[in-house]
Amino acid sequence: MARTVIDAHELSKTYTEGPVPVEAVKDVHLHIEAGEFIALVGPSGSGKTTLLNMIGGLDEPTKGKVVIDGTDITGMKENKLIDFRLRNIGFVFQAYNLIPVLTAEENIEFIMLLQGTDKDERKQRVQQLLEEVGLQGKGSSRPSELSGGQQQRVAVARALASKPKFVLADEPTANLDSTTAANLLDIMEKLNKEEGMTFVFSTHDPRVIQRARRVVTLVDGEIEKDEMVNEPMVD
Amino acid sequence: MMILKIAWRNIWRNRTRSLVLILSIVLGMWAGAFIMAFYWGMSKQQVDDTIQQNLSHIQFHHPDFRENFEAKYTIADGDQVVADLQQDKEVKAYSERVVCMAMAASASKSTGVTLYGIVPEQEDALTGLKEKLIAGDYFTGKKNEVVVGNKLAEKLHLDVRKKIVCTFQDEQGEIVSVALRVSGIFKTRNSRLEEGMIYMQQTDLSALLGTGNGIHEIAVLLADDQQVDAVTDQWKQDFPADDVESWKELSPELRLIVESFNQYMFIIIGIILLALLFGIINTMLMAILERTKELGVLMSVGLNKTKVFIMILLETVFIALVGGPLGLLLAWCTVQLTHSSGIDLSMYSKGLEEFGYASMVYPELGMSSYFSILIMVVAAALIASVFPAMRALKLKPVEAIRKI
Repeated sequence: MARTVIDAHELSKTYTEGPVPVEAVKDVHLHIEAGEFIALVGPSGSGKTTLLNMIGGLDEPTKGKVVIDGTDITGMKENKLIDFRLRNIGFVFQAYNLIPVLTAEENIEFIMLLQGTDKDERKQRVQQLLEEVGLQGKGSSRPSELSGGQQQRVAVARALASKPKFVLADEPTANLDSTTAANLLDIMEKLNKEEGMTFVFSTHDPRVIQRARRVVTLVDGEIEKDEMVNEPMVD
Repeated sequence: MMILKIAWRNIWRNRTRSLVLILSIVLGMWAGAFIMAFYWGMSKQQVDDTIQQNLSHIQFHHPDFRENFEAKYTIADGDQVVADLQQDKEVKAYSERVVCMAMAASASKSTGVTLYGIVPEQEDALTGLKEKLIAGDYFTGKKNEVVVGNKLAEKLHLDVRKKIVCTFQDEQGEIVSVALRVSGIFKTRNSRLEEGMIYMQQTDLSALLGTGNGIHEIAVLLADDQQVDAVTDQWKQDFPADDVESWKELSPELRLIVESFNQYMFIIIGIILLALLFGIINTMLMAILERTKELGVLMSVGLNKTKVFIMILLETVFIALVGGPLGLLLAWCTVQLTHSSGIDLSMYSKGLEEFGYASMVYPELGMSSYFSILIMVVAAALIASVFPAMRALKLKPVEAIRKI
């Protein structure tokens, strides 16, 4: 049986900033195992990004808890949580969000530097990751010199640089054309199949949903459906 | 290292804005350092002039003499002091003086003066008095000749070979009045000295005062002005019967000028930096606001708050470290240039001379002052960075990422 990497218990999130409290996520139970390629889907406002943020330790649940590979991250102190994210979770954002003043190589290397990885290993892994995402020769380019698709591939490489337990990708294809999105999904699918990397997507892009082997549908903050749509990956 | 790299490159993301800020620091530091160099140049010249023209580095007196300037208080061991000074390698020149307060009167006016009975050769070696003559002779050897300052001559309508009557008390406390003939008129950069001093031959004044071979003051110029404090302390021990005082004790107002320079510098540079501080804070806050999302991403992917704080701190320090040294370099060049050529303020010479300042100013500033200013710039930058850095620390990654 595969190892559980993400275990969300009765997870709820209520936003109270506005005049009326908004329940973005309600009592969600979600178990994700190592090697899954899972999509959280649903219409805008269904709570998928909020759920993703809570799983990634970026947002604090109002109720419930998140256990990552046996560690309860709920209520963890901020700097400890940042360090936990650094060592366990990879993030891919919709708008790529690379550091504009760093080159592609440096964006990837930065994470390993924060982890304290030694120089030789960093350099070797940067080249390996650039190769895996098909960006050999582009390492010294700044984000502004890369296309949207290339930037998102650097973002994937950055997410993988820390050898995380899983990658959270929030609408990773939303800003990409069909071909670029397909290329990116090919890369992530390959990494999932060959290296067993767990990917959790928040998306309403059919191109991603088609590739996912498990689709969790959220409606009004609750899980409406949780289905295996393709053959699950064998560990 | 990567934090350093990010901080450095962040500065140049908005070149115009950073360059404007750097330029303001450059101009601020240039102006501040140059003002200080100008002020120090003026003050140092005033101090040097006063030391060279009148006070010298160290003076010997009878312990009671400077209280009322009574003629009876001559230096008890004057001969021994002079004998020792002649042997001392630290001594560049010395002058034995007989001193008394007098009322000087011409046909039209009168004024209070200090009469100095000098050995002309000694005084010339000490103060270069002979070279300062603008009219007449430096003592021709005739009896009761005096050399007066130009200002005093103007005030009393005196000229060479004219007579002046001086009234003073002799050793017994008796009033003595004597007609003295002006042999020469000297001019210095210090109006006060010119107006208040009359020199005459020591033998003449001693005879009038009835002090015999006694002397009231021995003024000593040292070869190395850095040794003044040490030599003064030594002579205080060697001659316990006399009052041995350095120029700092003799003229507390000059001492104040020198010793308060650093305080003035800190105040003036501090005011300039305070103005710059708000510019830096404003610019850094703008930079943080523009990069809210990026900072959120950095915190999301693993940059902890301490490193975020350091990054913003470094950005501010880098700006200061570019602007500060450039401004100081510019100031140094300006000071070097104006130090060799001098700044001519002769159009204000009358007013400046009233306060003992020269009309040519030679700005100068020690390297330690440049270094102190640089430290102040960096300290100001660190202070300025705290507020923007604190703002950055308050960001929550998830909220920052949502910002467009």
